[in-house]
Amino acid sequence: MNLRARLAATLALALLLAGAATLWLIRAQEPQPALIAGAYDPPRPAPGFTLDGTDGAPVTLESFRGKVVLLTFGFTHCAAVCPTTLATLAQARSALGERAKEVQVVFVTVDPERDTIEQMRPYLAAFDPTFVGATGDPTALAAARGGYGVTAVREGDGPDYAMAHTSSIFLIDRAGRLRAMMPFGHDAADFVHDVGLLLEG
Amino acid sequence: MRRRRPVLFVLALLVVGGLGWSALAPIPSGARERLFEIPPGTSERRIAGEHDLEILPQTIRLQVHEVLALRNADSAPHVFGPTLILPGQTFRLPFRQAATYSFLCTAHADGQLNVIVEPGPAPGWERLRWRWERLAGAE
Repeated sequence: MNLRARLAATLALALLLAGAATLWLIRAQEPQPALIAGAYDPPRPAPGFTLDGTDGAPVTLESFRGKVVLLTFGFTHCAAVCPTTLATLAQARSALGERAKEVQVVFVTVDPERDTIEQMRPYLAAFDPTFVGATGDPTALAAARGGYGVTAVREGDGPDYAMAHTSSIFLIDRAGRLRAMMPFGHDAADFVHDVGLLLEG
Repeated sequence: MRRRRPVLFVLALLVVGGLGWSALAPIPSGARERLFEIPPGTSERRIAGEHDLEILPQTIRLQVHEVLALRNADSAPHVFGPTLILPGQTFRLPFRQAATYSFLCTAHADGQLNVIVEPGPAPGWERLRWRWERLAGAE
């Protein structure tokens, strides 16, 4: 191979590499999910409900318009998952400082038999006095769960029965749209990040 | 010959630099989507008695930079994997940590969907090969 051919081959290789690098850079610029939680695209209005609230008022999503709502389903006799979730959300609100006023945590029970208003109020207040608990008749609660694809199944027959339930947290924006779902296991910093994005619009 | 040496040197630098960067640069989160779709007509097929439609595998394996994308192209809402997805909606779930995740999922017989998230390709040869396969459009 003479010098000219060798140079041409080198140039061709360099062009190929430059092209490949450009292509890679273009692909790297593809939009990445901004939220840490799983995002719904397009977002739709969050399924509504009317339940009895621990603050003495009916709980509806409309009453929290203008705030970011963190909606979760659980029960006060839950051994590990619900206390962890509520403690994480309380920690996130605390880390949000002044912006915490624009965030509402709503805890809908999956165990209306034991979770009366009187049972839920002090339980939630121990995590954060602003948390609102919601209960109601089993049909209304099942309808509320159905709107989010949340399941709840009783486990055990005795008085110490448990409830196997969906442990995700739903993120609803100021306009009442269901924007995202955070699976169980994320820390407070992840909620602070995503709530910050939703508060910005 | 002497005049060509700097050109060759620069080209060699470019090649080595490009390869080095490809082998070592971190892979951004969300670099690739793994899409599963509920096809149109699924609800009709279920109503017609086809209850064993296997749309979503019981166990999904992903790498940390990948996003699980679940799309409902059917005309009815479906609980698909970890959530309810409305017609025409896509749910995108990123994973930042390598671990095994379990979700309640009514679409499966035992009511559970497992997502095993593995670490991404290690710096070096593995990462270089991953980038090359991505450029070539291969899985």
